[in-house]
Amino acid sequence: MSDSDRSGGNERDWPLFEVFIRARTGLHHRHCGSLHAADPEMALARARDVYTRRGEGTSIWVVASDRIFASDPADKDMLFEPAMSKVYRHPSFYDLPDDVENM
Amino acid sequence: MADALTAAYALRLGDDALILSHRLSEWVGHGPELEEDIALANTALDLLGQARLLLACAGEREGRGRDEDALAYGRDVLDFSNLLLVEQPNGDFAQTMMRQFLFDAYAVALWPRLSASRDEVLAGIAGKAAKEAAYHVEQSAAWVVRMGDGTEESHDRAQAGLDLLWPYAGEIFEADEVEAALAEKGIAVAPSALREHWQARVGPVLEEAGLAPPEGAGVRTGGRQGRHSEHLGHLLAEFQFMQRAYPGARW
Amino acid sequence: MYTQGLNQAVEEGGPEDAELLARFQAKIDREEKIEPNDWMPEAYRQTLIRQISQHAHSEIVGMLPEGNWLTRAPSLRRKAILLAKVQDEGGHGLYLYAAAETLGISRAEMVERLLEGRARYSSIFNYPTITWADIGAVGWLVDGAAIMNQIPLCRCSYGPYARAMIRICKEESFHQRQGYEAISRLAEGTAAQKRMAQDALDRWWWPSLMMFGPSDAESPHTARSMRWKIKRFTNDELRQKFVDATVPQARLIGLEPPDPELRYDEESGHWRFGEIDWSEFNEVLAGNGPCNRERMAARRKAHAEGAWVREAATAHARKQRRRTAMAAAAE
Repeated sequence: MSDSDRSGGNERDWPLFEVFIRARTGLHHRHCGSLHAADPEMALARARDVYTRRGEGTSIWVVASDRIFASDPADKDMLFEPAMSKVYRHPSFYDLPDDVENM
Repeated sequence: MADALTAAYALRLGDDALILSHRLSEWVGHGPELEEDIALANTALDLLGQARLLLACAGEREGRGRDEDALAYGRDVLDFSNLLLVEQPNGDFAQTMMRQFLFDAYAVALWPRLSASRDEVLAGIAGKAAKEAAYHVEQSAAWVVRMGDGTEESHDRAQAGLDLLWPYAGEIFEADEVEAALAEKGIAVAPSALREHWQARVGPVLEEAGLAPPEGAGVRTGGRQGRHSEHLGHLLAEFQFMQRAYPGARW
Repeated sequence: MYTQGLNQAVEEGGPEDAELLARFQAKIDREEKIEPNDWMPEAYRQTLIRQISQHAHSEIVGMLPEGNWLTRAPSLRRKAILLAKVQDEGGHGLYLYAAAETLGISRAEMVERLLEGRARYSSIFNYPTITWADIGAVGWLVDGAAIMNQIPLCRCSYGPYARAMIRICKEESFHQRQGYEAISRLAEGTAAQKRMAQDALDRWWWPSLMMFGPSDAESPHTARSMRWKIKRFTNDELRQKFVDATVPQARLIGLEPPDPELRYDEESGHWRFGEIDWSEFNEVLAGNGPCNRERMAARRKAHAEGAWVREAATAHARKQRRRTAMAAAAE
């Protein structure tokens, strides 16, 4: 796809974009869906029209879907299992006297 | 007297929004792509919201007990005062978007200025409409450029839309006694004051789109005085059908 | 809105890795979601593609019967409500197409299947909206039936579908209410309005009950779809729930469903209803409903007339990229 005029995997649709919306200041942008648009400007405008009709957002990101690099579900064990055994990273791991305060 | 004038002024702005919204609502479910269908409905809803506020305001100033629906559904062609531009049929998407752009370029010049009106109700409505129009004109301008620059077919269709609609643009700047009197009082915006802003908006977009206004196309006016094209009667026949068939019923 | 696609599941394909299959099923049994790139049996993928795309098509075709009244709504308030509602259907179609696209099918392909008559949409949209009361009836009954089906789909095992349904259900919560409000207004209005309201209920009642699909006995794929948690309740369970909810709503505003056998069963606490005429359902499904041809003609026309617009935007975007690249190279 690198030298393609299209993204989203086919020639007949406008390219696919992923839409991320910040609901309120102070929050992360969050993935809320996708849409088709001919270019990024159009994607941004249509994201506004499609995904913020009920006042759901104060900021929008769009990104061409084929620009997202994603981890492979097949690598799930390799990538994420090792973190499971590191219980000492969590506060509940530590055994403290019941009456200790401010900790 | 001032109230009758303000009523007439609010009514004409309301009629513009009402009729254009109605035209856009004809597209819903039939748009060229799903995303655009939804966008057209948004614009139609914005305009309908403006129309309701303006008609309600007109009804109050008129003082004859007519509400938004009485004004929308109870008048015939001669009493509608919208621009001829907005009642023109949708045609193809190019014609619709060209009509929208020529109107949006006017709206985006009008509303910010009217938001400084000495009439607080009009100023409030204008302040809300200004934000909506700012978005609308960006979108319709983007489509005019896309179509003008896109393919040979889209260019030809956009040019045909411009040729057809250009003569109706002149009416936007035509002043009459209603606007002149209200403008003097700081209530209305004199249409002649908008021409420069409108041209500054329209010119560069048409140029980027590679489109040219038709030469010697003349100017078609009359809408503000109730002298409409044949299209409005058909639009009203459909739009007003229920209220005409069941007078006095509540919905 | 909703599609009755739940019952046309795809046949099991060839033999698939038994261990993968077992792990897949175990995941579903633990109520874990299946996500786009996870391994899934081909029949699960195809069943979902079919169901989600049918659901999407239903939303899009469903814009037409209600859109039929957009230009004739009897008040500006009703016009605004209807515009917002029909627009929502378009949005819901969009969310659903996007969910199906995660399974490896393009929207263009789905739309082509619809326009060529190879994909279905909910038969309910092949009925006409003849009077304004139909707008009330569609919101109250059709959206009411849809909600019954859609709420369980929010817990569907396929992540993108479940997420789309959560958004859709949230947005649709006003759809049924506005419909009931509209028809209530008619039921308390003039004789002509009342007549319109009852007539709409007479015409939409049975088709609404059919929206839940064939009875469980006639629905061979229900068991597998339930095992895969694509489906959570059987057609008959949902239909009964709908009848139980709707009959009192009708009577509250002085309307009567067109079913002489309708009676309340004290013992079970359910409303018992008469036999559904499935021959009518099958006729509409076969393309012989009152508006099948009009609906498809309208979709084909919009698609064909939109082609040059879509191409123009693509061409302009391509030219813009080229101009940007050339400007960068010139620097």
